[in-house]
Amino acid sequence: MIRLTNVNKVYATRAGSNHVLRGIDLTISAGEKIGILGRNGAGKSTTIRLLSGSELPTSGEIERGMSVSWPLAFGGAFQSSLTGRDNLRFICRIYGRDYTETVDFVQEFAELGVYFDEPVKHYSSGMRARLAFAISMVIEFDCFLIDEVVAVGDSRFHAKCHVELFEKRSDRSFVIVSHDTGYVQAHCDKAYVLRDGRLHAYENVDDAIRFHLEGDLN
Amino acid sequence: MKGLAELGESFAVQRRVVWALYLRETLTRYGRHNLGFLWLFLEPMIFTLGITTFWTLAKTIHGSDLPIVPFAITGYSSVLMWRNMPGRLAKAVEPNLGLMHHRNVRLIDIYLSRLLLEIGGVTMSFIFLTLFFWGIEWMKPPEDVLQVMFGWLLIIWFGAGLGFSIGSLSEQSEIFERLWHPATYLIFPLSGAAFIVDALPKGMQQIVLWLPMVHCVEVIREGFFGSAFTAHYNLGFVFVTNALLTLFGLANTLKVSRGITPE
Repeated sequence: MIRLTNVNKVYATRAGSNHVLRGIDLTISAGEKIGILGRNGAGKSTTIRLLSGSELPTSGEIERGMSVSWPLAFGGAFQSSLTGRDNLRFICRIYGRDYTETVDFVQEFAELGVYFDEPVKHYSSGMRARLAFAISMVIEFDCFLIDEVVAVGDSRFHAKCHVELFEKRSDRSFVIVSHDTGYVQAHCDKAYVLRDGRLHAYENVDDAIRFHLEGDLN
Repeated sequence: MKGLAELGESFAVQRRVVWALYLRETLTRYGRHNLGFLWLFLEPMIFTLGITTFWTLAKTIHGSDLPIVPFAITGYSSVLMWRNMPGRLAKAVEPNLGLMHHRNVRLIDIYLSRLLLEIGGVTMSFIFLTLFFWGIEWMKPPEDVLQVMFGWLLIIWFGAGLGFSIGSLSEQSEIFERLWHPATYLIFPLSGAAFIVDALPKGMQQIVLWLPMVHCVEVIREGFFGSAFTAHYNLGFVFVTNALLTLFGLANTLKVSRGITPE
Protein backbone atom coordinates (compact mmCIF):
# COMPACT_ATOMS: atom_id res chain seq x y z
CA MET A 1 0.00 0.00 0.00
CA ILE A 2 1.07 3.56 -0.65
CA ARG A 3 -0.46 6.36 1.36
CA LEU A 4 -0.15 10.10 0.88
CA THR A 5 -1.40 12.18 3.78
CA ASN A 6 -1.93 15.92 3.47
CA VAL A 7 0.89 16.30 0.99
CA ASN A 8 1.86 19.80 -0.11
CA LYS A 9 4.37 20.77 -2.75
CA VAL A 10 5.55 24.30 -3.24
CA TYR A 11 8.08 25.35 -5.88
CA ALA A 12 10.00 28.58 -5.62
CA THR A 13 9.77 30.64 -8.78
CA ARG A 14 11.06 34.08 -9.63
CA ALA A 15 7.53 35.45 -9.30
CA GLY A 16 7.08 33.93 -5.84
CA SER A 17 6.09 30.51 -4.63
CA ASN A 18 3.95 28.21 -6.73
CA HIS A 19 1.73 26.01 -4.59
CA VAL A 20 1.30 23.02 -6.92
CA LEU A 21 -0.26 20.50 -4.56
CA ARG A 22 -2.48 21.63 -1.68
CA GLY A 23 -3.06 18.92 0.86
CA ILE A 24 -3.36 15.77 -1.24
CA ASP A 25 -4.63 12.53 0.29
CA LEU A 26 -4.32 9.34 -1.72
CA THR A 27 -4.21 5.64 -0.93
CA ILE A 28 -3.21 2.98 -3.43
CA SER A 29 -3.76 -0.62 -2.39
CA ALA A 30 -2.12 -3.68 -3.85
CA GLY A 31 -3.40 -4.51 -7.32
CA GLU A 32 -5.34 -1.31 -7.67
CA LYS A 33 -5.25 0.53 -10.98
CA ILE A 34 -5.82 4.22 -10.74
CA GLY A 35 -5.74 7.03 -13.24
CA ILE A 36 -4.90 10.64 -12.53
CA LEU A 37 -6.30 13.15 -14.99
CA GLY A 38 -5.41 16.78 -15.18
CA ARG A 39 -4.49 19.55 -17.51
CA ASN A 40 -0.92 20.47 -18.36
CA GLY A 41 0.70 21.97 -15.32
CA ALA A 42 -1.94 20.63 -12.91
CA GLY A 43 0.74 18.74 -10.97
CA LYS A 44 0.43 15.26 -12.48
CA SER A 45 4.14 14.69 -12.95
CA THR A 46 4.88 16.18 -9.55
CA THR A 47 2.47 13.70 -7.99
CA ILE A 48 4.17 10.86 -9.84
CA ARG A 49 7.62 11.96 -8.68
CA LEU A 50 6.41 12.22 -5.10
CA LEU A 51 4.94 8.72 -5.35
CA SER A 52 8.20 7.36 -6.73
CA GLY A 53 10.20 9.06 -4.00
CA SER A 54 12.58 10.83 -6.36
CA GLU A 55 11.29 14.11 -5.02
CA LEU A 56 10.31 15.00 -1.47
CA PRO A 57 7.11 16.83 -0.45
CA THR A 58 7.28 20.31 1.08
CA SER A 59 5.07 19.00 3.88
CA GLY A 60 2.88 16.00 4.56
CA GLU A 61 3.63 12.31 4.76
CA ILE A 62 4.24 9.57 2.21
CA GLU A 63 4.27 5.93 3.31
CA ARG A 64 5.51 3.38 0.81
CA GLY A 65 4.52 -0.14 1.85
CA MET A 66 5.35 -1.73 -1.49
CA SER A 67 8.05 -1.36 -4.08
CA VAL A 68 7.35 1.44 -6.52
CA SER A 69 8.86 1.87 -9.96
CA TRP A 70 10.47 5.01 -11.26
CA PRO A 71 8.14 6.99 -13.52
CA LEU A 72 7.93 5.09 -16.78
CA ALA A 73 8.08 7.89 -19.25
CA PHE A 74 9.71 8.39 -22.61
CA GLY A 75 13.18 7.90 -21.17
CA GLY A 76 14.07 10.62 -18.68
CA ALA A 77 15.73 8.13 -16.34
CA PHE A 78 18.73 7.64 -18.64
CA GLN A 79 22.16 8.97 -19.37
CA SER A 80 22.06 10.04 -22.98
CA SER A 81 25.82 9.94 -23.53
CA LEU A 82 25.86 6.22 -22.72
CA THR A 83 24.74 3.44 -25.04
CA GLY A 84 21.51 1.52 -24.56
CA ARG A 85 23.52 -1.42 -23.31
CA ASP A 86 25.45 0.66 -20.76
CA ASN A 87 22.21 2.19 -19.53
CA LEU A 88 20.78 -1.28 -19.02
CA ARG A 89 23.92 -2.32 -17.14
CA PHE A 90 23.63 0.75 -14.95
CA ILE A 91 19.98 0.17 -14.08
CA CYS A 92 20.69 -3.50 -13.35
CA ARG A 93 23.49 -2.53 -10.98
CA ILE A 94 21.35 0.00 -9.15
CA TYR A 95 18.51 -2.43 -8.57
CA GLY A 96 20.74 -5.43 -7.97
CA ARG A 97 19.78 -7.49 -11.02
CA ASP A 98 22.02 -9.70 -13.11
CA TYR A 99 22.58 -7.97 -16.44
CA THR A 100 23.17 -11.20 -18.38
CA GLU A 101 19.68 -12.44 -17.51
CA THR A 102 18.04 -9.32 -18.85
CA VAL A 103 19.90 -8.37 -21.99
CA ASP A 104 18.12 -10.78 -24.35
CA PHE A 105 14.68 -9.58 -23.34
CA VAL A 106 15.63 -5.92 -23.69
CA GLN A 107 17.22 -6.41 -27.10
CA GLU A 108 14.23 -8.32 -28.36
CA PHE A 109 11.65 -5.94 -26.97
CA ALA A 110 13.37 -2.69 -27.87
CA GLU A 111 14.23 -3.79 -31.42
CA LEU A 112 17.18 -1.41 -31.60
CA GLY A 113 19.48 -3.64 -33.63
CA VAL A 114 22.97 -2.16 -33.85
CA TYR A 115 21.73 1.00 -32.14
CA PHE A 116 21.76 -0.88 -28.84
CA ASP A 117 25.48 -0.09 -28.79
CA GLU A 118 25.11 3.55 -29.85
CA PRO A 119 24.75 6.47 -27.43
CA VAL A 120 21.13 7.08 -26.51
CA LYS A 121 21.37 10.67 -27.72
CA HIS A 122 21.42 9.37 -31.30
CA TYR A 123 18.10 7.57 -30.85
CA SER A 124 14.78 8.64 -32.30
CA SER A 125 12.04 9.31 -29.77
CA GLY A 126 10.42 5.99 -30.67
CA MET A 127 13.66 4.13 -30.01
CA ARG A 128 14.07 5.88 -26.69
CA ALA A 129 10.56 4.96 -25.67
CA ARG A 130 11.14 1.31 -26.59
CA LEU A 131 14.41 1.17 -24.68
CA ALA A 132 12.96 2.93 -21.66
CA PHE A 133 10.00 0.61 -21.54
CA ALA A 134 12.06 -2.54 -22.09
CA ILE A 135 14.50 -1.64 -19.33
CA SER A 136 11.73 -0.83 -16.90
CA MET A 137 10.18 -4.24 -17.49
CA VAL A 138 13.44 -5.86 -16.36
CA ILE A 139 13.04 -4.72 -12.75
CA GLU A 140 9.95 -6.06 -11.03
CA PHE A 141 7.84 -3.72 -8.88
CA ASP A 142 4.58 -4.01 -6.95
CA CYS A 143 3.43 -0.70 -8.30
CA PHE A 144 4.20 0.83 -11.67
CA LEU A 145 4.03 4.56 -12.27
CA ILE A 146 3.19 5.38 -15.86
CA ASP A 147 3.62 8.94 -16.97
CA GLU A 148 2.27 9.50 -20.48
CA VAL A 149 4.36 6.62 -21.78
CA VAL A 150 1.68 5.94 -24.37
CA ALA A 151 2.21 9.33 -25.95
CA VAL A 152 5.09 8.05 -28.06
CA GLY A 153 5.60 5.04 -30.25
CA ASP A 154 3.47 3.36 -32.87
CA SER A 155 0.54 0.98 -32.48
CA ARG A 156 2.79 -2.08 -32.54
CA PHE A 157 4.76 -0.69 -29.61
CA HIS A 158 1.53 0.08 -27.76
CA ALA A 159 0.33 -3.47 -28.27
CA LYS A 160 3.58 -4.89 -26.91
CA CYS A 161 3.45 -2.58 -23.89
CA HIS A 162 -0.09 -3.66 -23.26
CA VAL A 163 0.87 -7.33 -23.14
CA GLU A 164 3.80 -6.72 -20.80
CA LEU A 165 1.99 -4.42 -18.41
CA PHE A 166 -1.69 -5.25 -18.35
CA GLU A 167 -1.59 -8.94 -19.19
CA LYS A 168 1.64 -10.31 -17.72
CA ARG A 169 1.54 -7.94 -14.74
CA SER A 170 -2.18 -7.67 -14.19
CA ASP A 171 -1.78 -8.43 -10.47
CA ARG A 172 0.27 -5.26 -9.85
CA SER A 173 -0.83 -1.77 -8.98
CA PHE A 174 -0.71 0.95 -11.58
CA VAL A 175 -0.83 4.68 -11.39
CA ILE A 176 -1.45 6.11 -14.81
CA VAL A 177 -1.09 9.80 -15.34
CA SER A 178 -2.46 11.13 -18.57
CA HIS A 179 -4.69 13.58 -20.32
CA ASP A 180 -5.74 10.81 -22.69
CA THR A 181 -9.15 9.99 -21.25
CA GLY A 182 -9.58 6.91 -23.46
CA TYR A 183 -6.44 5.31 -22.09
CA VAL A 184 -7.44 5.93 -18.50
CA GLN A 185 -10.92 4.58 -19.19
CA ALA A 186 -9.53 1.41 -20.70
CA HIS A 187 -7.09 0.57 -17.93
CA CYS A 188 -8.21 2.05 -14.61
CA ASP A 189 -10.69 0.97 -11.95
CA LYS A 190 -10.71 4.34 -10.33
CA ALA A 191 -9.78 7.84 -11.38
CA TYR A 192 -8.77 11.12 -9.82
CA VAL A 193 -8.76 14.59 -11.23
CA LEU A 194 -6.08 17.08 -10.26
CA ARG A 195 -7.36 20.62 -10.38
CA ASP A 196 -6.17 23.78 -8.62
CA GLY A 197 -3.77 21.77 -6.50
CA ARG A 198 -6.44 19.45 -5.11
CA LEU A 199 -7.12 15.82 -5.89
CA HIS A 200 -10.76 14.94 -6.55
CA ALA A 201 -11.58 11.25 -6.13
CA TYR A 202 -14.15 9.35 -8.22
CA GLU A 203 -15.17 5.73 -7.76
CA ASN A 204 -16.50 5.77 -11.28
CA VAL A 205 -13.97 6.52 -14.03
CA ASP A 206 -16.62 8.06 -16.30
CA ASP A 207 -17.52 10.65 -13.66
CA ALA A 208 -13.87 11.60 -13.34
CA ILE A 209 -13.56 11.97 -17.10
CA ARG A 210 -16.69 14.12 -17.22
CA PHE A 211 -15.36 16.38 -14.46
CA HIS A 212 -11.98 16.58 -16.20
CA LEU A 213 -13.52 17.52 -19.56
CA GLU A 214 -15.84 20.08 -17.95
CA GLY A 215 -12.75 21.78 -16.58
CA ASP A 216 -11.42 21.99 -20.10
CA LEU A 217 -14.60 23.72 -21.30
CA ASN A 218 -14.59 26.38 -18.60
CA MET B 1 17.44 -5.26 15.83
CA LYS B 2 14.99 -4.31 13.11
CA GLY B 3 16.58 -0.89 12.92
CA LEU B 4 19.99 -2.48 12.48
CA ALA B 5 18.75 -4.77 9.72
CA GLU B 6 17.22 -1.79 7.92
CA LEU B 7 20.43 0.12 8.28
CA GLY B 8 22.33 -2.81 6.80
CA GLU B 9 19.88 -3.01 3.94
CA SER B 10 20.13 0.67 3.09
CA PHE B 11 23.91 0.46 3.36
CA ALA B 12 23.89 -2.39 0.83
CA VAL B 13 21.68 -0.33 -1.51
CA GLN B 14 23.91 2.70 -1.17
CA ARG B 15 27.04 0.67 -1.87
CA ARG B 16 25.40 -0.77 -4.98
CA VAL B 17 24.32 2.64 -6.21
CA VAL B 18 27.68 4.30 -5.56
CA TRP B 19 29.45 1.45 -7.35
CA ALA B 20 27.12 1.69 -10.35
CA LEU B 21 27.64 5.44 -10.53
CA TYR B 22 31.39 4.98 -10.14
CA LEU B 23 31.56 2.60 -13.08
CA ARG B 24 29.41 4.90 -15.14
CA GLU B 25 31.60 7.92 -14.33
CA THR B 26 34.69 5.94 -15.28
CA LEU B 27 33.09 5.12 -18.60
CA THR B 28 31.93 8.63 -19.42
CA ARG B 29 35.24 10.18 -18.39
CA TYR B 30 37.86 7.71 -19.53
CA GLY B 31 36.08 5.01 -21.48
CA ARG B 32 36.02 6.39 -24.98
CA HIS B 33 39.06 8.63 -24.84
CA ASN B 34 42.04 6.97 -23.26
CA LEU B 35 43.92 10.25 -23.33
CA GLY B 36 41.76 11.40 -20.42
CA PHE B 37 43.12 8.59 -18.31
CA LEU B 38 46.67 9.17 -19.50
CA TRP B 39 46.39 12.85 -18.69
CA LEU B 40 45.96 11.97 -15.04
CA PHE B 41 49.59 10.81 -15.07
CA LEU B 42 50.98 13.18 -17.69
CA GLU B 43 49.89 16.40 -16.00
CA PRO B 44 51.70 15.83 -12.68
CA MET B 45 54.61 14.29 -14.56
CA ILE B 46 55.10 17.40 -16.69
CA PHE B 47 54.84 19.55 -13.57
CA THR B 48 57.38 17.40 -11.74
CA LEU B 49 59.79 17.45 -14.64
CA GLY B 50 59.37 21.20 -15.07
CA ILE B 51 59.97 21.96 -11.38
CA THR B 52 62.94 19.61 -11.30
CA THR B 53 64.56 21.27 -14.31
CA PHE B 54 63.90 24.74 -12.94
CA TRP B 55 65.24 23.84 -9.52
CA THR B 56 68.30 22.06 -10.80
CA LEU B 57 69.20 25.21 -12.71
CA ALA B 58 68.49 27.44 -9.70
CA LYS B 59 70.25 25.14 -7.24
CA THR B 60 73.63 26.38 -8.39
CA ILE B 61 72.53 29.82 -7.15
CA HIS B 62 70.98 29.23 -3.69
CA GLY B 63 72.39 25.82 -2.91
CA SER B 64 69.41 24.14 -1.29
CA ASP B 65 69.83 20.46 -0.49
CA LEU B 66 66.09 19.72 -0.66
CA PRO B 67 65.33 16.54 -2.65
CA ILE B 68 63.58 18.22 -5.50
CA VAL B 69 61.78 15.34 -7.22
CA PRO B 70 59.80 14.11 -4.21
CA PHE B 71 59.21 17.76 -3.31
CA ALA B 72 57.52 18.36 -6.66
CA ILE B 73 55.60 15.07 -6.67
CA THR B 74 54.15 15.55 -3.20
CA GLY B 75 53.34 19.18 -3.92
CA TYR B 76 51.50 18.72 -7.15
CA SER B 77 49.70 15.50 -6.21
CA SER B 78 48.31 17.29 -3.17
CA VAL B 79 47.13 20.17 -5.33
CA LEU B 80 45.38 17.70 -7.63
CA MET B 81 43.56 16.34 -4.60
CA TRP B 82 42.17 19.52 -3.05
CA ARG B 83 41.59 21.21 -6.41
CA ASN B 84 39.98 18.35 -8.36
CA MET B 85 37.66 16.99 -5.70
CA PRO B 86 35.66 20.22 -5.27
CA GLY B 87 35.95 20.83 -9.00
CA ARG B 88 34.28 17.51 -9.77
CA LEU B 89 31.46 18.12 -7.30
CA ALA B 90 30.67 21.67 -8.39
CA LYS B 91 27.49 21.71 -10.48
CA ALA B 92 27.24 17.92 -10.43
CA VAL B 93 23.45 17.90 -10.15
CA GLU B 94 22.40 18.95 -13.61
CA PRO B 95 24.13 16.29 -15.72
CA ASN B 96 22.75 13.66 -13.34
CA LEU B 97 19.17 14.89 -13.00
CA GLY B 98 17.82 12.12 -15.21
CA LEU B 99 19.28 9.46 -12.94
CA MET B 100 17.62 10.97 -9.90
CA HIS B 101 14.32 9.57 -11.11
CA HIS B 102 15.55 6.47 -9.35
CA ARG B 103 14.68 6.87 -5.70
CA ASN B 104 17.89 5.22 -4.55
CA VAL B 105 20.12 7.59 -6.48
CA ARG B 106 20.75 10.48 -4.12
CA LEU B 107 22.96 13.52 -4.47
CA ILE B 108 25.29 12.13 -1.82
CA ASP B 109 25.76 8.98 -3.92
CA ILE B 110 26.72 11.04 -6.94
CA TYR B 111 29.16 13.02 -4.81
CA LEU B 112 30.65 9.87 -3.29
CA SER B 113 31.11 8.17 -6.64
CA ARG B 114 32.83 11.21 -8.13
CA LEU B 115 35.05 11.57 -5.06
CA LEU B 116 36.03 7.91 -5.24
CA LEU B 117 36.96 8.27 -8.87
CA GLU B 118 39.06 11.34 -8.16
CA ILE B 119 40.75 9.80 -5.12
CA GLY B 120 41.50 6.64 -7.08
CA GLY B 121 42.94 8.47 -10.07
CA VAL B 122 45.12 10.92 -8.16
CA THR B 123 46.34 8.26 -5.72
CA MET B 124 47.26 5.98 -8.61
CA SER B 125 49.13 8.77 -10.32
CA PHE B 126 50.90 9.63 -7.03
CA ILE B 127 52.01 6.03 -6.51
CA PHE B 128 53.00 5.60 -10.15
CA LEU B 129 55.11 8.76 -10.20
CA THR B 130 56.82 7.80 -6.95
CA LEU B 131 57.67 4.34 -8.27
CA PHE B 132 58.72 5.72 -11.64
CA PHE B 133 61.14 8.36 -10.34
CA TRP B 134 62.43 5.95 -7.71
CA GLY B 135 62.88 3.35 -10.46
CA ILE B 136 65.00 5.65 -12.61
CA GLU B 137 66.83 6.69 -9.43
CA TRP B 138 65.93 10.36 -9.52
CA MET B 139 64.79 10.05 -5.91
CA LYS B 140 65.02 7.84 -2.86
CA PRO B 141 61.98 5.93 -1.58
CA PRO B 142 59.94 7.55 1.25
CA GLU B 143 61.62 7.37 4.62
CA ASP B 144 58.36 6.58 6.38
CA VAL B 145 55.68 5.09 4.14
CA LEU B 146 53.13 4.94 6.95
CA GLN B 147 53.43 8.63 7.58
CA VAL B 148 53.07 9.36 3.86
CA MET B 149 49.87 7.31 3.87
CA PHE B 150 48.63 9.13 6.94
CA GLY B 151 49.30 12.53 5.35
CA TRP B 152 47.66 11.35 2.14
CA LEU B 153 44.54 10.33 4.05
CA LEU B 154 44.48 13.76 5.69
CA ILE B 155 44.52 15.52 2.34
CA ILE B 156 41.85 13.16 0.98
CA TRP B 157 39.68 13.98 3.97
CA PHE B 158 40.28 17.69 3.47
CA GLY B 159 39.46 17.42 -0.24
CA ALA B 160 36.27 15.49 0.48
CA GLY B 161 35.07 17.96 3.11
CA LEU B 162 35.88 20.85 0.82
CA GLY B 163 34.21 18.98 -2.05
CA PHE B 164 30.90 18.46 -0.21
CA SER B 165 30.94 22.13 0.81
CA ILE B 166 31.86 23.63 -2.57
CA GLY B 167 29.66 21.16 -4.44
CA SER B 168 26.51 21.91 -2.46
CA LEU B 169 27.19 25.66 -2.32
CA SER B 170 27.60 25.73 -6.09
CA GLU B 171 24.00 24.50 -6.42
CA GLN B 172 22.75 27.32 -4.23
CA SER B 173 24.67 30.20 -5.72
CA GLU B 174 25.90 30.75 -9.24
CA ILE B 175 28.27 33.49 -8.06
CA PHE B 176 29.91 31.15 -5.61
CA GLU B 177 30.59 28.63 -8.33
CA ARG B 178 32.15 31.32 -10.52
CA LEU B 179 34.30 32.66 -7.68
CA TRP B 180 35.62 29.26 -6.67
CA HIS B 181 37.51 28.82 -9.91
CA PRO B 182 39.68 31.95 -9.73
CA ALA B 183 40.06 31.31 -6.00
CA THR B 184 41.88 28.06 -6.74
CA TYR B 185 44.44 30.00 -8.78
CA LEU B 186 44.99 32.39 -5.89
CA ILE B 187 45.25 29.62 -3.31
CA PHE B 188 47.59 27.52 -5.44
CA PRO B 189 50.78 29.52 -4.74
CA LEU B 190 49.94 29.57 -1.01
CA SER B 191 49.06 25.88 -0.81
CA GLY B 192 52.52 24.50 -0.18
CA ALA B 193 52.88 22.98 -3.62
CA ALA B 194 55.94 25.05 -4.41
CA PHE B 195 57.46 25.84 -1.00
CA ILE B 196 58.21 24.28 2.34
CA VAL B 197 57.01 26.25 5.33
CA ASP B 198 60.43 26.30 6.96
CA ALA B 199 61.90 28.26 4.03
CA LEU B 200 59.41 31.13 4.50
CA PRO B 201 59.88 34.17 6.74
CA LYS B 202 58.22 33.77 10.17
CA GLY B 203 55.33 36.14 9.45
CA MET B 204 54.54 34.42 6.18
CA GLN B 205 54.62 31.02 7.88
CA GLN B 206 51.84 32.07 10.22
CA ILE B 207 49.70 33.18 7.28
CA VAL B 208 50.07 30.07 5.13
CA LEU B 209 49.48 27.79 8.12
CA TRP B 210 45.87 28.97 8.15
CA LEU B 211 45.44 26.78 5.05
CA PRO B 212 44.83 23.15 6.09
CA MET B 213 46.36 21.72 2.91
CA VAL B 214 49.71 23.25 3.83
CA HIS B 215 49.75 21.12 7.01
CA CYS B 216 48.82 18.01 5.03
CA VAL B 217 51.61 18.53 2.50
CA GLU B 218 54.11 19.07 5.32
CA VAL B 219 53.07 15.76 6.91
CA ILE B 220 53.44 13.94 3.60
CA ARG B 221 56.82 15.52 2.91
CA GLU B 222 58.10 14.69 6.38
CA GLY B 223 57.23 11.09 5.56
CA PHE B 224 59.17 11.32 2.31
CA PHE B 225 62.28 13.22 3.30
CA GLY B 226 61.82 14.29 6.92
CA SER B 227 65.54 14.11 7.59
CA ALA B 228 66.22 16.88 5.08
CA PHE B 229 64.05 19.66 6.56
CA THR B 230 61.98 20.72 9.55
CA ALA B 231 58.26 20.18 8.98
CA HIS B 232 55.67 22.58 10.42
CA TYR B 233 52.18 21.30 11.04
CA ASN B 234 49.47 21.09 13.64
CA LEU B 235 47.39 17.91 13.47
CA GLY B 236 44.76 19.27 15.86
CA PHE B 237 44.12 22.19 13.51
CA VAL B 238 43.78 19.85 10.52
CA PHE B 239 41.39 17.51 12.34
CA VAL B 240 39.17 20.36 13.48
CA THR B 241 38.99 22.15 10.12
CA ASN B 242 38.47 18.86 8.25
CA ALA B 243 35.70 17.84 10.63
CA LEU B 244 33.99 21.23 10.40
CA LEU B 245 34.19 21.27 6.60
CA THR B 246 32.84 17.73 6.40
CA LEU B 247 29.97 18.45 8.78
CA PHE B 248 28.97 21.64 7.01
CA GLY B 249 29.39 20.00 3.59
CA LEU B 250 27.27 16.96 4.41
CA ALA B 251 24.54 19.01 6.09
CA ASN B 252 24.38 21.39 3.16
CA THR B 253 24.39 18.50 0.68
CA LEU B 254 21.38 17.06 2.49
CA LYS B 255 19.68 20.44 2.32
CA VAL B 256 20.32 20.80 -1.43
CA SER B 257 19.29 17.19 -1.94
CA ARG B 258 15.83 17.84 -0.47
CA GLY B 259 15.12 20.53 -3.02
CA ILE B 260 16.04 18.57 -6.15
CA THR B 261 13.38 18.05 -8.82
CA PRO B 262 14.26 15.41 -11.42
CA GLU B 263 13.58 16.77 -14.88
